[in-house]
Amino acid sequence: MGFRHKDIIALKDLTREEITLLLDTADSLSEINQRDIKKVPTLRGKTVINLFYEASTRTRTSFEIAAKRLSADAVNITASTSSVVKGETLSDTANNLLAMKPDIIVMRHAVSGAHEYLAKRVSCSVINAGDGAHEHPSQGLLDMLTMRQKFGRLDGLKVAIVGDITHSRVARSDIYGLTTMGSHVFLAGPPTMMPVGIERLGNVTVCKDMREAVDQADVVMMLRIQLERQGKTLLPSMREYSRYFGLNPEVLTLAKKNAIVMHPGPINRGVELASSVADCDQSAILTQVENGVAVRMAMLYHVCGGEPVE
Amino acid sequence: MADNTVILDGSGVKRALTRIAHEVLEKNKGVEGLVLVGIRTGGVFLAQELAERLAEIEGVEVPCGAVDITMYRDDIKGHAEHLPVGKTELPFSIQGKKVVLVDDVLFTGRTIRAALDALIDQGRPSCIQLAVLVDRGHRDLPIRADFVGRNVPTSRSENIVVAFDAGNKPTEVILQK
Repeated sequence: MGFRHKDIIALKDLTREEITLLLDTADSLSEINQRDIKKVPTLRGKTVINLFYEASTRTRTSFEIAAKRLSADAVNITASTSSVVKGETLSDTANNLLAMKPDIIVMRHAVSGAHEYLAKRVSCSVINAGDGAHEHPSQGLLDMLTMRQKFGRLDGLKVAIVGDITHSRVARSDIYGLTTMGSHVFLAGPPTMMPVGIERLGNVTVCKDMREAVDQADVVMMLRIQLERQGKTLLPSMREYSRYFGLNPEVLTLAKKNAIVMHPGPINRGVELASSVADCDQSAILTQVENGVAVRMAMLYHVCGGEPVE
Repeated sequence: MADNTVILDGSGVKRALTRIAHEVLEKNKGVEGLVLVGIRTGGVFLAQELAERLAEIEGVEVPCGAVDITMYRDDIKGHAEHLPVGKTELPFSIQGKKVVLVDDVLFTGRTIRAALDALIDQGRPSCIQLAVLVDRGHRDLPIRADFVGRNVPTSRSENIVVAFDAGNKPTEVILQK
């Protein structure tokens, strides 16, 4: 089976077979990252533009390394150093970039749906590197790859996702991806951060108590409290949040013995994750980062040969 | 319906592989510094068969690895139907080694070109030799095999299939018209 999408905007758009194909490809490509010469000629002559309207270190660097390992030319544009600060619209930016004939635009944007808008207007492939509170497909895929490597399957896994579900694009991509692949997702978080009706997405259970979600979980995914945004308005205090929704060694004992702890980063140590848990043997956080490069290589590889889906 | 002709049956394949094993030993004067690398997927199974033959003849296990050439193909443009990407598994260094590259069918030579690139990215072997079960002609590139199981003149529209059983043992070679 081939991958027939021109763009990757959301995991919601992908079938179980397509997600499996991306994960299988990433799994194979991870071998390249272990070599002395970490480069293959697959995308030689292709141009990838990383267009980042929001700050990012991990995702942007990861996409840049992924493009370079496939021999593509990667160009980075950050909003603060581009004509966006002069008032240029997304549409005009896209047209100007297109005139330079890129093959793939990897974009992060603060507005949900910005990628959909862009993808309809450009002939090159568009990959979503995070849009507002909508989706973050590459993070969702690398999370699933990390889980699959550990357990050998995604079907039937119990995954607890704890934190600010409403504003988390990571949570949304994880939920869509994991439920498509047959996992059961348990959500926990403050009521102010839990979207109404999210259980309608399918194999999703909303828990009142974090302990209920973590109980017998295979994976505990902790989300970052966005201190710069919602942390100030939706929570009484960080201490209280940490007490009820922070993962400490005691809560972790409720999960299965071989459970893994995940976090999309950057971590607020002592808020959502106790420092000792972040660095414990069960922590898969650095494996997630490592898998990020392989997953993004797989995404770049597959969109480059894809066709628009009518 | 496709018209199938069996070019090599099970025993024919075995004889061809045994002869290739002897030729490899003769050309390289033994197994010193020798490694086998199969091209995924059929080549890998044949490389394992050759390794078994070499072990039977010389009593020495020759290291055997696999190379995946998907990321080295020259035809990504316009291809919606990607081949599944496999893993390159070389559990040894090829630096300074005599590499025998193994594939099932030699056709245009583009797969071999890609495999040579993939191998050279892993190190600098002292030499690379090519062993194929079937050479069907129609080369696009100036590539020839050092060891050939069977030369089969074909037309471009025909197809050669090497069949393997559930245990990945080669069972027969079929010409599909």
